[in-house]
Amino acid sequence: MDLYEYQAKDLFAAHGVPVLPGRTVETADDAAAAAAELGTAVVVKAQVKTGGRGKAGGVKLAQDPDEAREKADAILGLDIKGHTVHRVLVTTASDIVEEYYFSFLLDRSNRTFLAMASAEGGMEIEQLAVERPDALARVAIDPIAGVDRAMAADIVARAKFPAVIADQAADVIVKLWQTFVAEDATLVEVNPLVRDPQDKIIALDGKVTLDENAGFRHPEHAALVDERTENPLEAKAKAKNLNYVKLDGGQVGIIGNGAGLVMSTLDVVAYAGERHGGVKPANFLDIGGGASAQVMADGLDVILGDPDVHSVFVNVFGGITACDAVATGIVEALQILGDSASKPLVVRLDGNNVIEGRRILDEANHPLVTQVDTMDNAADKAAELAAASSQGA
Amino acid sequence: MSIFLNENSKVIVQGITGGEGTKHSTKMLAAGTNVVGGVNARKAGTTVTIGGRNLMVFGTVEEAMKETGADVSVVFVPPKFARDAVIEAVDAEIGLCVVITEGIPVHDSAYFWAHACAKGSAPKPGAPRTPRTRIIGPNCPGIISPGRSNAGIIPADIAGAGRIGLVSKSGTLTYQMMYELRDLGFSTAIGIGGDPIVGTTHIDALEAFEADPETAAIVMIGEIGGDAEERAAEFVRANVTKPVVGYVAGFTAPEGKTMGHAGAIVSGSAGTAQAKKEALEAAGVEVGKTPSETAALMRQIIVGL
Repeated sequence: MDLYEYQAKDLFAAHGVPVLPGRTVETADDAAAAAAELGTAVVVKAQVKTGGRGKAGGVKLAQDPDEAREKADAILGLDIKGHTVHRVLVTTASDIVEEYYFSFLLDRSNRTFLAMASAEGGMEIEQLAVERPDALARVAIDPIAGVDRAMAADIVARAKFPAVIADQAADVIVKLWQTFVAEDATLVEVNPLVRDPQDKIIALDGKVTLDENAGFRHPEHAALVDERTENPLEAKAKAKNLNYVKLDGGQVGIIGNGAGLVMSTLDVVAYAGERHGGVKPANFLDIGGGASAQVMADGLDVILGDPDVHSVFVNVFGGITACDAVATGIVEALQILGDSASKPLVVRLDGNNVIEGRRILDEANHPLVTQVDTMDNAADKAAELAAASSQGA
Repeated sequence: MSIFLNENSKVIVQGITGGEGTKHSTKMLAAGTNVVGGVNARKAGTTVTIGGRNLMVFGTVEEAMKETGADVSVVFVPPKFARDAVIEAVDAEIGLCVVITEGIPVHDSAYFWAHACAKGSAPKPGAPRTPRTRIIGPNCPGIISPGRSNAGIIPADIAGAGRIGLVSKSGTLTYQMMYELRDLGFSTAIGIGGDPIVGTTHIDALEAFEADPETAAIVMIGEIGGDAEERAAEFVRANVTKPVVGYVAGFTAPEGKTMGHAGAIVSGSAGTAQAKKEALEAAGVEVGKTPSETAALMRQIIVGL
């Protein structure tokens, strides 16, 4: 889960990483009040989970509360790379002498963690890594030994941070490591880390990604989820514990078991769609190993509630899951949903207990259900039905 | 032969008394796996009857190994306890530890991997240490050498023994591919798991299949996220003489959305299915557009051998 800047900075502050005082608000009037409360010139910053806010006009300096109101009014509601701005962070403005870069992240290739640091901050790190690779120190971190003061000092030296802030930077790096570990983060990034005219260093911006698998250790992280910005179908699926991702511009609803098979199903449907007027998959939905009738009903309910969907492809390979249980699930789900189930279903079952599974569906003989034997042919049928229905609509 | 797992493998189950542990121990036994016991510290000294066999429950992996001669452990314990379970298996110096558990925090996987490396040794002076215990997973379906042994949850009845080696990030795509090629059969099939940090990689499996005289050709299945497929492609180019066909899932996955597996996410320009496909093809690996096309490519190779 990616956090907003203000959430990341709240975590930083909780772990002793220096940040500027700020208030997060949702209206222009509240932005003015926040500026008045802070009593300084402020920066009004759009809170969206994407980069390039500055260029998009999402970060503005304001000298007084009136100007803060005006700037917040311009920023709130702005669309930045498809993200609507619902709130802004009003934070004390700071004079900047120098900008640096720092992050801890997961290094998949080396199966460990990595610290990345540069005395040349401010630019996008991907750009820095390409254009000035020598200016970016990459230091592998042993997950067991972690980052102590000596390790932090070594990172600071390798990154060539100036001597005047070296000690402070090492302190901050130790605290960022504590944040990374204590919060089960997979990314903690400060860009820029700045030096002010008093030679104090401050985390001016922050990006944190939390590991959702570690939720059992962090019940408090649940409060960081921003339900408003989630797609309503995704929110509905999440409430039912379904692994669902809405895809833009698709017409074929997808249900399958196992992440890899579902991803593959999306691809196969997209290829089939090329033969049927360019229809595409409308979602990712992995019902996982135990496909009970209730899970199938929940999944179908979410997918059939998607107005973009014109046909549904249920693609199950029974490994642990038995196809007869899946078939029973489909039949019962259609009973539970009744008249709200109105779109054609193409079902492909294979694997464990497939004969019984197919028999159950044949016997139920539901008018919406078509069985097809192979994944490729089923994808083709689902695409064809979606194309016919969207043309008719 | 086969890789990593054979008819002589003696398997213990960590978490044998839990629901999943019991269910899959039953299936492993039915598939002919030599399951010799289980581990649960709170139920040490008791026995469980699974598939008509009485299996001892030991307090530790070390004790289980001493009493039974086990050399393979399959881990079904809940995510909360998985890190310590793997560390226990590594400390007991078991040969193979297959971690089925889904939902382990990545800090825990990074920690047990670092621990396993620290306990291991460097293959040559100056090289990084590699673990003595081979870890497969986490969040994987395990490994099967059909007709010999099955450590994990791959259904044993999909396909029998044969000459194809299969390595895949995804469980259900492992099953799908085994099903498509069920008449030809497999030397070994491994699901390495879809997490960002996994113990055994595509490269490890490719290296072992290359060295295995009974494996004639290899199917490699990848998915979006990370650069494991690209590195595997480079490995194939430099080190693999046997024919390899590939499949990559996730061409339609949008950037920034996690597709079910914690590791399956396209970030920026990295990790796309297209980049992986191109890397594999540049290394001489034929890549199918769909699982069935991939299977057809493999079929041609096997028939032509």
